[in-house]
Amino acid sequence: MPMLNMRVSSPAALIDINRIETLRGIEDRPDCVRVGAMTRYVELQESAVIRAHVPLLAMALPLVAHVAIRNRGTIGGSLCLSDPAAETPACCVAAQAQIVLAGPSGCRTVAAEDFAIGLYETERQPDEILVEVLFPKAVSGRIFFVDEFSRRKGDFAIVGLAGSIRDKGSTVNDPRLVFFGSDNRPILAHAAAAAIDGRPWSDAVRQAASESLDDDLDPMDSIHASANYRRRLAKVLLSRVITRALAS
Amino acid sequence: MTGPADNVRLTISLRVNGELIERETPVRKNLVDFLRDDLGLTGTHVGCEHGVCGACTIRVDGRSVRSCLMLAVQADGCEVVTVEGLTASGEIADLQTAFVQRNALQCGYCTPGMLATAADFLASERPRSRDAIREFMSGNYCRCTGYQAIVDAIEDVARARAGQDTP
Repeated sequence: MPMLNMRVSSPAALIDINRIETLRGIEDRPDCVRVGAMTRYVELQESAVIRAHVPLLAMALPLVAHVAIRNRGTIGGSLCLSDPAAETPACCVAAQAQIVLAGPSGCRTVAAEDFAIGLYETERQPDEILVEVLFPKAVSGRIFFVDEFSRRKGDFAIVGLAGSIRDKGSTVNDPRLVFFGSDNRPILAHAAAAAIDGRPWSDAVRQAASESLDDDLDPMDSIHASANYRRRLAKVLLSRVITRALAS
Repeated sequence: MTGPADNVRLTISLRVNGELIERETPVRKNLVDFLRDDLGLTGTHVGCEHGVCGACTIRVDGRSVRSCLMLAVQADGCEVVTVEGLTASGEIADLQTAFVQRNALQCGYCTPGMLATAADFLASERPRSRDAIREFMSGNYCRCTGYQAIVDAIEDVARARAGQDTP
């Protein structure tokens, strides 16, 4: 809707999918949690299934805009718009979700980390709709985290970080780090993760992680924050979030 | 500005502030413009037109939403309550009095949205702390008051409704 209001997008035909019931709902399956594309943020926030099995998403939802937006906004809408600063797509990448698209020739599944391909650009083809998101259930022994810098509570992130580590005392283990708001899409930070994996969280490791992050991120310049500022904030965020995760 | 679907119209029926309405509307008309221009309910204000400022906040099927982020045709079959409806039902009478007493508005442009959001907060089971009020109201911009007086007014009503004295 904002895209229509701002005349960024003016499609000749607009199809309201609000009344397609099969696109809604949260289902606790044996091997995953199925979330229909039309499921609203408020429904996710109130869901015990999400809290139990997709804790990262549950943690991120309070950061998603404001009450009146969460009452209306949907997970599929957020994924398809693919705003680079949105929390939900980054959480889908961090939680290793699978995205199911339906088109004239049937359904196909795309890993969340391959879904966003550029600024407001996704793998979804013009003749496809996103029908559901499948989240693997969180395994015990992982610590999840999400945090962001934004100008106002609930605003889009200048930089955010969502992810998890394996709970192993004071050593960082098997980190999965997804930055959002910095680049044109959520970025899985491989280099920074490699720099800290299996290491104690010392000043030297923290410094190495900061430097590695330069290989992962190519931050955007905008009126809200320069690329350098975003890079700096990403480093601060990484340091704070890992410190907090290890202390928890 | 004109677009490809500007001439397409649909008839919708919805309940607005308790009254059943049936109207024809262009399919690309925003709900807020429908309420203001077609129904004359100008209490709902148009601010940023992309969901950020909160001035157009109304209630649809019991939940607060941005009426600039819905098309009028999407409200077909819905129960819509605007600030006029909240006023007529008396639901926010105490809140409106508190806004006056606490000087929680200056130009008043944001006020209908503030009242709609605050009504939602007061109807919820959330904790009544100032932090919780600020958190809940964070999606509504006010360019005059600096928010302090708005939080004061909502806190007064929360206390009064809980049977506590105001400080």
